[in-house]
Amino acid sequence: MADTLAGATPDAAPEVPEYPMPRDLRCPLAPPPALEPLRDEQPIAKVRIWNGSTPWLITRHADQRALLTDPRVSNDDHEPDFPHVNAHRAAIAPHTPKLITNTDAPEHTRLRRSVNAPFLVKRIEAMRPAIQKTVDDLIDTMLAGPNPADLLTALALPLPSLVIADLLGVPYKDHGFFQENSNRALDSSLTAEEASAASRALGQYMDTLFREKLDNPGDDVLSEMAGRVKAGEMAHQEAVNMGVAMLIAGHETTATMISLGTLALLQHPDQLALLRESDDPKFIAGAVEELLRYLSIVHSGLRRVAKEDIEIGGQVIREGDGILFDLHAANWDPQAFPESERLDLSRPARQHNAFGYGPHQCLGQNLARLELQVVYGTLYKRVPTLSLAAPIEQLPFNHTGTTYGVKCLPVRW
Amino acid sequence: MRVELDEPKCVASGQCVMASPEVFDQREDDGVAILLEERPGEELLDGVREAVAICPAAAIRLVEE
Repeated sequence: MADTLAGATPDAAPEVPEYPMPRDLRCPLAPPPALEPLRDEQPIAKVRIWNGSTPWLITRHADQRALLTDPRVSNDDHEPDFPHVNAHRAAIAPHTPKLITNTDAPEHTRLRRSVNAPFLVKRIEAMRPAIQKTVDDLIDTMLAGPNPADLLTALALPLPSLVIADLLGVPYKDHGFFQENSNRALDSSLTAEEASAASRALGQYMDTLFREKLDNPGDDVLSEMAGRVKAGEMAHQEAVNMGVAMLIAGHETTATMISLGTLALLQHPDQLALLRESDDPKFIAGAVEELLRYLSIVHSGLRRVAKEDIEIGGQVIREGDGILFDLHAANWDPQAFPESERLDLSRPARQHNAFGYGPHQCLGQNLARLELQVVYGTLYKRVPTLSLAAPIEQLPFNHTGTTYGVKCLPVRW
Repeated sequence: MRVELDEPKCVASGQCVMASPEVFDQREDDGVAILLEERPGEELLDGVREAVAICPAAAIRLVEE
């Protein structure tokens, strides 16, 4: 490991910053302030992570796009120097079967294509009326209940849980179990043992459910995968792991975008008014992209490892070096998005990296977009007097999950 | 202008279909992109350019003829 004391050797780099970086609590929606000088002056810089290793941190939009589509940049987390997000992930990586999340082409291409069908643009779009009805029903229930209410429990959490449960064929009555364990599996404040126990519980739950789908298939994604397993196109364990991954990924991220997006809009009343007064689906879709860019909730950095030496930006990333991609830094890169610190729902934001970039870009992104378009296009019209019921300084932000968000969002109307 | 789709690179994210539904579609079984119009009209090129820009696999090119 390199000596890290500044000035200890003549050619020592300046002090290596820790990653992830702390936020400025006075600006809870902005990226950590230390990212900005790095992006301006050292866009390819070494940082120190939890295990003391010093992978590269990539902060510019263009560099991220170049490296995330570079076949020399690997997502294989079985590699010994892979810069894992925490001790739990490092501990389970050697035992994790091959998934779309830890393979490279051509293996990744095969796996990804085997799970893509449910997320086809046309199939997702066909879900719009059902999602609209679910959103309307949840808002009806919230308005009929006590005022103020917690937007997270009234809308932000149940909507994506209902949608993913229905899509996968998981009984929604189990949502307490799968929400709790999904959050624990991803919480870096827990011990590796605690997080592993949550992952195991989800795996066992999914395995039992999957066996039922093999015997009694229904009209859902788990049954579709059961068909592929029977046809010999997919291994049983692959399907179970994909089921768990989709269940986890399908609700926390979208829930966070609903609650944090609403908070951001309440802090920007002029932008909220634009959204409330627009019936233009294109404007609403653009607003979703801008909120995805502005908030960039996946805040612990995408993780990769170099399979060969790579020259970029005057630096050489050596074979075996870890590489981190801070999505918020790239999405606030003024070279890609002028006045990037401004929330501007009218700007063209579609080229953000909030869903990542490259072959591993989020599998569920089209579903997430649809849910957010329906929520942002409905909630503020139906509840025009919506406001925060607690000062923003008192909101409990979650700094230790895979996504950055609020643990509750008290609102009144 | 001619559209080139590098099918082996396609990861079936469907972004091209969202940007330019007149020019792209997806195979139903695995979502891989299908090129509907190899030489789209001028009025469709903005959509194609967006598809080129947002394709996460960098699998689409627009080439001058």
